[in-house]
Amino acid sequence: MSDQPIIVSASPHVHSDRTSKKLMYDVVIALIPAFLVSLYVFGISAMITTVVAIVSCLLFEYLIQKYLMKVDVTISDGSALITGILLAFNLPSSIPVWMIVIGSLVAIGVAKLSFGGLGFNIFNPALVGRVFLLVSFPVQMTLWPTALENNTTVVDAVTGATTLGMIKEGVQFGETMTELSAKIPSSMDMFLGITGGSLGEMSAIALILGGLFLIFRKVISWHIPVTLLATIAIMTGIFWAIDPEHYANPLIHVLSGGAVLGAFFMATDLVTSPVTKKGMVIFALGIGVITVVIRLFGSYPEGVSFAILIMNAFVPLINKYFKPRRFGSRIKAKIV
Amino acid sequence: MLRTFPKGGIHPPENKLTSSKPIKRLPVPKVVYVPISQHIGVPAEIIVERKDKVEIGQVIARSGGFVSSNIHAPVAGIVTKLDMIVDTSGYKKQCIVIRTDEKNESNYQRVEYPLKREITLSPEEIIQRISDFGIVGLGGATFPAHVKLNIKKDRKLDYLIINGVECEPYLTADHRLMLEKTEEILVGIRILMHALDVDRAIIGIENNKRDAIEAFKNLTEDEPGIQIAALKVKYPQGGEKQLVRALLNREVPINGLPLDVGVVVHNVGTIFAIYQAIQHNLPLMERVVTVTGKNLENPSNFWVKIGTPITDLIAEVGGVPEGTRKIVSGGPMMGKALKNFDVPVTKGTSGILVISEDEASRGEPKNCIRCGECVSVCPMGLEPHLLMNLTEKTLFEKAMQEDILTCIECGSCSYVCPSHRPLLDYIRFGKSVSKQLQSKKA
Amino acid sequence: MTDSVLNSVILLTSLGVVAGLVLYIVSKKFHVHENPLIAKVEELLPATNCGGCGSPGCKAFAEKLVNTEDISDLFCPVGGNDVMKLVSEALGKEVAEKDPTVAVVRCQGSCEVRPKTTEYQGPRSCAISALIYSGETDCQYGCLGDGDCVAVCQFDAMYMDETTGLPVVITDKCTSCGMCVEACPRDIIEMRPKNKRDLKIYVGCLNEEKGGIAKNACAVACIGCSKCLDICPKDAIIMENNLAYIDPEYCTMCRKCVPVCPTHSIIETNFPPRKEKNVEPVKTQNDA
Repeated sequence: MSDQPIIVSASPHVHSDRTSKKLMYDVVIALIPAFLVSLYVFGISAMITTVVAIVSCLLFEYLIQKYLMKVDVTISDGSALITGILLAFNLPSSIPVWMIVIGSLVAIGVAKLSFGGLGFNIFNPALVGRVFLLVSFPVQMTLWPTALENNTTVVDAVTGATTLGMIKEGVQFGETMTELSAKIPSSMDMFLGITGGSLGEMSAIALILGGLFLIFRKVISWHIPVTLLATIAIMTGIFWAIDPEHYANPLIHVLSGGAVLGAFFMATDLVTSPVTKKGMVIFALGIGVITVVIRLFGSYPEGVSFAILIMNAFVPLINKYFKPRRFGSRIKAKIV
Repeated sequence: MLRTFPKGGIHPPENKLTSSKPIKRLPVPKVVYVPISQHIGVPAEIIVERKDKVEIGQVIARSGGFVSSNIHAPVAGIVTKLDMIVDTSGYKKQCIVIRTDEKNESNYQRVEYPLKREITLSPEEIIQRISDFGIVGLGGATFPAHVKLNIKKDRKLDYLIINGVECEPYLTADHRLMLEKTEEILVGIRILMHALDVDRAIIGIENNKRDAIEAFKNLTEDEPGIQIAALKVKYPQGGEKQLVRALLNREVPINGLPLDVGVVVHNVGTIFAIYQAIQHNLPLMERVVTVTGKNLENPSNFWVKIGTPITDLIAEVGGVPEGTRKIVSGGPMMGKALKNFDVPVTKGTSGILVISEDEASRGEPKNCIRCGECVSVCPMGLEPHLLMNLTEKTLFEKAMQEDILTCIECGSCSYVCPSHRPLLDYIRFGKSVSKQLQSKKA
Repeated sequence: MTDSVLNSVILLTSLGVVAGLVLYIVSKKFHVHENPLIAKVEELLPATNCGGCGSPGCKAFAEKLVNTEDISDLFCPVGGNDVMKLVSEALGKEVAEKDPTVAVVRCQGSCEVRPKTTEYQGPRSCAISALIYSGETDCQYGCLGDGDCVAVCQFDAMYMDETTGLPVVITDKCTSCGMCVEACPRDIIEMRPKNKRDLKIYVGCLNEEKGGIAKNACAVACIGCSKCLDICPKDAIIMENNLAYIDPEYCTMCRKCVPVCPTHSIIETNFPPRKEKNVEPVKTQNDA
């Protein structure tokens, strides 16, 4: 018997050893393969972008919580770290450092802490940061360093457009897919990640590896990534089947742009996605449809970020209407 | 594929430390404290006075209504006090204090009753005796057993389900009982089948008790009426509604009872008590209690007289270990933390769990990250995070629309919450307020 | 150029006109006729929406006042007699006059005199911890110390004393709305007459247990010794279940009972110091 009085608390008296911190660090681990690929492809600039984003996210969270909100500082819970990494993954590696800092401020300050901090934000903070930058600095945000040309030195904004950008432009100027297919990277290159684009979005294989790790660790469920990618594939597949000269094939759509990164890491963000499996499917379906509509008919070549943010806004509504089935609701009780 | 219930559930570490320990008889305590409210429903009315001499098995408190139960003297001796002492509810309650008469032989007789197979009583007599002999559900809910057996003629009933699931971690009381009293339990089942006039019974046992499953299977080979079902290990399978769903694929309706789907469920401990009452004229005076905990010297299973202070049990397994910070009556998932070591064993005490410092402390609650884990483990299809939120904001009407009252308080949500939120604490509070609101309306 | 300016001016103006028209029609069509008296009475009420009157807010109470024939059993505790008088004038109905009351905390079981025997872990709310057990101390009648009363008080009239662990009423701010009385799962808080200069004498304990047990749990518990009962000249003390209660209706504030209490469980507030030197002054916690 120890000297302290015995503890009385409500049941249950045992708890699983999963903590939100552990979940967060699992996500960080899952992002490592994609980061390694981007290091290989973009070299030191990938490192700089990522480190700057992480440090500024953590710093802003610390400063705002400590001096503005005057609450307990929660930078050690790992969520700001993830926001930093994901923000960096959604930026071109050639972006000026000061823009990354602004993006972090918007992500942490506006999208997360102004709503009340972890768990209260409606929109995915990293995506809000990215979209803010995309809208504010469209030129810098769409200058992509060409893959493997600058892995030794940091080159200021040498550009090659992204695959989706090339297709969009090409189709607008009346080129057919057959003509375009010579210009765009092969599907295999896209799968491995030897292509232009934002830091972390190019390598499908690395992202899928990380995503499978998260599903295996039960941090995320398969519902969102599978539904999202399937929706994109099916919808673009339909258009491709109708007019293959005008629309890219579904494989290109799934592998290019932020589709895989979005499916496994952005849309599955626990806070901003629905709580039920049914809701998750609806949510991912919505993202897929909006993405395809933006890609094929919108003015932006890529629409995953916008699609996720739009569907984020619908999450409370989805949670309200797609509830789990109550046990025993199949039949009514007889009145005894 | 083993059968189980489809929605929700968890699998906490089993920690069944005492599953191979035979049930020992605890020495007769010098003093017993018998609370008059050991069951759900109206407390019993005391019918003895201070200084009265009581015989073993004598009724000392009479059932206070239909949903109530008689209470019998677990030992022969003298009533020394009618006192208020803290029981498992955490509050001081009326109880009868009996000092054991050390000379009285009946306290110490160890009659091992021979197995008696033939059933001589009529169904009415059986139910009457179950009621008279103070038998309540020994699985933990302590619902008076006769209430479940008094079934109106127009209700269709086709299955008797025997709950041998024991899904709570640590506890092995039912497991040991099934191994050691297999035949008696089978006779008990036949008694109930006779009393209820049903010809099919299923014993549901989780697959981590292979030996018990085998034991029953061997004895029922040529008895088609009694089926043994091995179930996948999943908490809270021992919940009535989950068990009925797992075994028969029937879903007990919201606010309904198993009877609504033609089923009556009884725990194996209750069945054994019924066997004792019908075949050997023994009222409910003792029960099996698992005394367990990782730091205990010698965790064991005991036959314990009702009213024995928990101190006596813990002394028997080697005393309170260093660093103990919590004692729980029942299992770790649904048991009640006790206020001190003087709380007596009651009819509902299935185990005593001694928990050390590092296991006892709850994590600091953090913000909900809406991971939905509580929703996916809730076996009732509820949304615990939402219910907690509504309760916190005192929106009880809304919580009732979200079916807060169907919560079975299994604690799966609090168990899995990665942010250590006190979900069940709030839901329980919300339930109690909602119940008051409901009864006000009615 | 001029075209587009003109176009937008015309478009916006017509939009404005259409919207205005729609608003006008809707407000006319769905106009709810309301007794103007209700608004007038609501003006008089303190607008705290505390619910102390029993209605879910000042507006609801105003409606009730206007629509009920006999309002003599309705009372706004926050506004008190002054407001009820105005209401009476406005409505031409009789209202009751009540002595102003104030909340008192009938428990002195501070951490010092009432040792903690267990530690509660869980949400800090009296209502929730009361569901699980009788509290961290051995007294199952006393304050749980989680501050549900402080949380419901809308007038900042209560706070938790850090050293004693008990709630304290700031009598000047207390409007006697009664929310704390309802919030307390132990019924420790009572509304007692404010009297002149806020003089009060009351038993600061609710422990119904026998003397020894009560005393063991808490040093300042009422042990039911009946000494106060014997000395009271006005029979204002009721002794039930080993617990004394001073009925404010009969108490004349003679203070005779206070010094005879062996456990100092009778509290007096705002009295001038006593002349006798041999009597130990009783510590009060509810002076603020």
